[in-house]
Amino acid sequence: MSNGQNGAELRLVTPGMAIGPSSGMRAGSGALAQNDTIIATRLGWVKELNNTVSVDPINSAYMPRSGDLIVATVAEVRNNLWFMNVNGPFQGLLPMSLAPWKVEFGAARQHMGIGDVVLARVQEVDECHNVVLTMKGVGLRRLNQGSVHSIPITHIERLRGEGNATIQRLREACDCRIIVGENGRVWVDGDAEGIAWARQAIDLVQSSGHKKTFEAELSALENNAPKNGDA
Amino acid sequence: MAGYGDVKLLRDDGLRLDGRKIDEMRPVTIEAGILPVADGSAMVTHGLNVAVAAVYGPMEAHPRKIQRQDRAVIDVRYNMAPFSTSDRIRPGFNRRSREISKVTAEALESVVLVERYPRSKIRVEIEILAAEAGTRCVGLTAAAVALADAGIPMRDLIVGVASGKVEGTVVLDLDKAEDNYGQADLPVGILPNTGEVAFLQMDGDLSPDEFNLAMEYNFKAAAEIHVIMVDALKRRYEGGEN
Repeated sequence: MSNGQNGAELRLVTPGMAIGPSSGMRAGSGALAQNDTIIATRLGWVKELNNTVSVDPINSAYMPRSGDLIVATVAEVRNNLWFMNVNGPFQGLLPMSLAPWKVEFGAARQHMGIGDVVLARVQEVDECHNVVLTMKGVGLRRLNQGSVHSIPITHIERLRGEGNATIQRLREACDCRIIVGENGRVWVDGDAEGIAWARQAIDLVQSSGHKKTFEAELSALENNAPKNGDA
Repeated sequence: MAGYGDVKLLRDDGLRLDGRKIDEMRPVTIEAGILPVADGSAMVTHGLNVAVAAVYGPMEAHPRKIQRQDRAVIDVRYNMAPFSTSDRIRPGFNRRSREISKVTAEALESVVLVERYPRSKIRVEIEILAAEAGTRCVGLTAAAVALADAGIPMRDLIVGVASGKVEGTVVLDLDKAEDNYGQADLPVGILPNTGEVAFLQMDGDLSPDEFNLAMEYNFKAAAEIHVIMVDALKRRYEGGEN
């Protein structure tokens, strides 16, 4: 499914399955040392690197990390902060001091209400999983237009392609602005036809981005792109 | 058979009314990922039982008072559809569904690595579409497959399976008549790789020897169901389809 699977034969494991002895090996992500064996804790592909056995999960929840660029939605508003849905197990907190506007105490609602979509960056994640977001930075803003699509976070690399090649192709084909958040939300802005095409293309990359037939399928879709005047 | 007159549950040739041997399970099929909207899902058919489980999350736990600072909360809702039995079931929660939701959540908490997601909630919805005895076990199995499908970290899968006693004989996997008119029912949740028991209930009486035999049958059946669970999960993803 993902990178780093070259060489040895891929092995799909389910939770609880023994994936190797614990002597001389370390349990990486998605694995757990139990007695004298290492077991998988997730459904995924076994990866062995530098004496570390880990499992590349097929599905996974988004775990925020400092510096991530994400597309978040406002979940709750308080007098001086916003709670943001970051598409993960924990809500993010956006204090008014890290908003791009000068916000008076009690006036948070005048700037953003529940459901508003923003482009933000993860400022800090502490050991208790408290997530602080910031909107201070180049390009970070409220997203007033466009549409938001969701993809599994394990498919983000697939959508970006090597050196962002795939996402750039999509941008050019549909003449839309596309931002892929690390949290599995994709913001697309352009005309209605462009957005509809981008949605189709994102679905295609998700379902076939790793297959040999992908190039031909994407080329065929590109021929119907709105920019080519055929749509 | 006290109190039930002459209901005969074992045939003269030693087989059960549906033709199974005493240590034979009803046929089981499992399919993972049947609901595209859910983060993880599964459908299990076990004899005439049909259960669908959907998993959402982990997500922020609401209301905040249910949050646990050191772990995730597993919120299980077990429900039998009104059309799941020949007598219509009144929709909504009842004492039985609350009890089963609670014991299922506690069983799942023992396998899910809940400490990875403090203050969050994992929502597990179990819907019984057709019922023919043993629905709590089928629901538990479906929930385990759905959790694995959702990518929730677990230290093992969990298999729900039941044995019981009819006409003084210990039998595996009771059907409806055996459940209604039998002498005992022993549903358990087994961790197939470690052999641990995550949940156990007993209705009726079993002697220590009968209990051990029933557990032996349960472990045997759990191993068989585990193979089907693993196969269902692998079938979904192997071959580079995802």
